[in-house]
Amino acid sequence: MSEHTPPIKVVVAKPGLDGHDRGAKVVARALRDAGMEVVYTGIFQSPESILRAVIQEDAAVLGLSSLSGAHMEYAVDLCRMLRENDREDVLFLVGGTIPDEDAARLKSVGVSEVFGPGARTADIIAYIEDRVRAAAQA
Amino acid sequence: MDELETEPALDVQRWREERLARDYERVPPRREQPATLSGIPIADVYTPADVEGIDPARDIGLPGEYPYTRGPHASMYRGRPWTIRQVAGFGQAEDTNGRFKYLLAHGETGLSTDFDLPTLLGYDSDHEIYRREIGKIGVAVDTVVDMHALFDGIPLEDVSTSLTINAPAAVLLAMYRVVADERGIAGSRLTGTTQNDILKEYTAQNEFIFPPVPSVELVVDTMEYGAEVMPRFNPLNACGYHIRDAGSTAVQEVAFTIAAGLCYLEAARERGIDPDRLAPRVSFFWNVHNDFLEEVSKLRAARRLWARMMRERLRCSDPRSWLMRAHCQTSGVSLTAQQPINNVARTAIQALAAVFGGTQSLHTNSLDEAFAIPSEAAIKIAVRTQQIILHESGAADVVDPLGGSYYVESLTSRIEEEAAGLIARIDDMGGMIPAIETGYVNQLIADSAWEQQLALERDERTTVGVNAFTDDDRSTGGIELHQNDPGVAERQIARLADVKRSREERRVAQALRELEAVAGDLHHNRMPLIEEAVRARATVGEICDVLRSVWGEYRPSTVF
Repeated sequence: MSEHTPPIKVVVAKPGLDGHDRGAKVVARALRDAGMEVVYTGIFQSPESILRAVIQEDAAVLGLSSLSGAHMEYAVDLCRMLRENDREDVLFLVGGTIPDEDAARLKSVGVSEVFGPGARTADIIAYIEDRVRAAAQA
Repeated sequence: MDELETEPALDVQRWREERLARDYERVPPRREQPATLSGIPIADVYTPADVEGIDPARDIGLPGEYPYTRGPHASMYRGRPWTIRQVAGFGQAEDTNGRFKYLLAHGETGLSTDFDLPTLLGYDSDHEIYRREIGKIGVAVDTVVDMHALFDGIPLEDVSTSLTINAPAAVLLAMYRVVADERGIAGSRLTGTTQNDILKEYTAQNEFIFPPVPSVELVVDTMEYGAEVMPRFNPLNACGYHIRDAGSTAVQEVAFTIAAGLCYLEAARERGIDPDRLAPRVSFFWNVHNDFLEEVSKLRAARRLWARMMRERLRCSDPRSWLMRAHCQTSGVSLTAQQPINNVARTAIQALAAVFGGTQSLHTNSLDEAFAIPSEAAIKIAVRTQQIILHESGAADVVDPLGGSYYVESLTSRIEEEAAGLIARIDDMGGMIPAIETGYVNQLIADSAWEQQLALERDERTTVGVNAFTDDDRSTGGIELHQNDPGVAERQIARLADVKRSREERRVAQALRELEAVAGDLHHNRMPLIEEAVRARATVGEICDVLRSVWGEYRPSTVF
C-alpha cells in the first residue's frame, strides 16, 4: 500500500462472558504492529456493543474471539446485525476454539474466515491486507 | 581413562574448550541460544560448580521437612498416590453428576467442578442476556438445589471436591457446606477446595465481578469461615495455572501466585486473624507446561519459596503453615488443533513433570480440548495416562528422584531467586492490588505472551504439527467431540423458576437485606449471612447483586 493509504481499521472483540483473551490481545498487538488501527473492545461485550464499535470506528474488519463454545450464537447474531445495518462490507473474522464443523457453518452465514489454535498472526495480517485491498479495488 | 588418572578434579573449562568445541566443529549446536521455554539460558552441562552456593541441608533438605523442596510429605507416592482429579462440568447438575460418576468408575480419586460462565460471573440462568452461555463450559448452578443434584449419590465425606469458582466462591462454598449439612454430613468431614483466588482473575482469566479490595476481604471471610466450620477444607487455592496459560513465564507464574497467597494472608492479619490459623489450609494450583525440567524445578522452587515466606516473612510457627500442597494441570494452551492425537504425548510428558515435581493432585488434559470441552472417550485416555505413570513407569516409587541433579537444583534456585526478586518489586509498588490496578502485572504477562508468539512465528520454537512436521491431519481418531445439549438452557431456567416459586420469599428477602447491611463493613465476616441466604434458596445472582450494589463492578482498562 502507498504511504497515503489510511491504515486499515480493525475492531477486535470478546463477546459474552468469556475472559480468555490471550489470543485476542496477541492478535490485536500483531495487527497494530503491522500498521493497522486496532480497537480492542475488552471482555464482556454484547453483540450490540460490538456492532456499535464497528459502526463508530467505521471499521473495515471485525475480529471476534471466542473460547467459550458460544461462538455460533454470537457470530450468527453479528452477521445478521451487520446486514441489517448495511455493513455487510465488514470483513468478519472469528478466532478461538472452533470445531471444524462449526467453522464451515460460520463461513456459510457470512463469516469470511476462521482462525483457530495455531494460526500465525502473519497469515491473519496477510489475509486482511489481501481482502481489504481487493475490496478497495472492486 | 588416562585423563581421569592424571586429572582427578573436574576441569569443565578444559572440557568445554577441547572436547565440546570439537563436537560442535563437527555438528554445530542445534540452537544458537538454548533457553528454557520461559527464556532462562541453559548451559551445555551442569556440574558441581553450578550448585556450589546450594546447601543440601538448608536449601534442599529431606521430603516432608522444611523447606520442603523435595516434597510436602515424607513418603510421597510410596504411601498415598497423588489424587487423580479431572475437572468436569457441563449442562445441568445431573449431566455433570453423570460425568463425575463415570470418572470415579474409571479410577478417578477426587472430583473437580467447572461452572458455566453465568455462574462464574454471578448471574442467574434466567438473566436475559447471558442465557446463551448456560451449561456450555461448565455446569449451571443457580441455587443450592442445583448443588444437591450435582453431588447426588456422591459420598462427600469420602471424596475431596474442588470447586473451580472465584468471584462468587463465597456463595458456592456456603452451598457446598449447606448441601453436606442438609444431608447430615458434618463440616469437619469435608475435604476439597474452592479455587477462590480472585487476584489471578484480574491478571489472567478475567472472571471477576467486584473491585480488588472488597474481593480480597471476601476471600479472607471464606478462609476464616472454613477454619471454623469445615476445618479440613481448603477455601483458597492460589493459582498459577491461569497466569501461565495467559502467557507468563514460569518465574512470573511462581511470583504472582505466591504474592497473591501473601496478599490474602496479610489482609487477614490486618483483620487480627493469626496467619497460622489460615495458612495450613492454603493450597496451590500450578500449570505444567512443555519444558519438562523447568516445570519440575518450578514446583520445587515454589515449595521452597512459600515455606521461606511463611516462616520468615509472616512469622508462622506452625509447620503446617509452611508446606505447600498443590494440584497441577497439564497446559491447556500447549494443546494443538493440528494432529490432535499428539496431545496425548504432550500431556503425558507434562503429567510426568508434575509427578517428578511432587504434586498432590493432578488433572491431565484431554486430546480434544483444542476444540471443545472433553468427550468421555478422550477424558478416559487422560485418566489412563495418569494410571500408566503411577503403575507402570516407576516414577512414583522413589521420592524426588531428580533432587540432587546439578541442573535441576541450579534451575530450582534460579527460579526461586528470580521469583523472590519479582515479589520484592511488587512489594515496592505496595503489593499485589496496586501492582494489578496499575496494569503492571497484566503488562508483564501480555509481553511474555507476545514474545512466545513471536518465537513460534520466527520458528525459534518448534511445535510439532504446527510449525514443523505439518500435514492436514485434524483427526481425533474416531473420538466424537462433546456436543452442547441445546435443551439445557430451557430446562435450567424452568428449574430456577420452580425453586423461586417454592421458596419462602420473606426469608430470602430478609437474608439479602441483612447481607446488604454489613457488606460495606469490610472487616465483618459475611459468610454466616451468605450461608443463611443460601439455605433460604437465594440464587447466586441475587447474592452477587447485593454485593454489586454495595461494592460496584470492576471494569479495568485493557493492556495488550
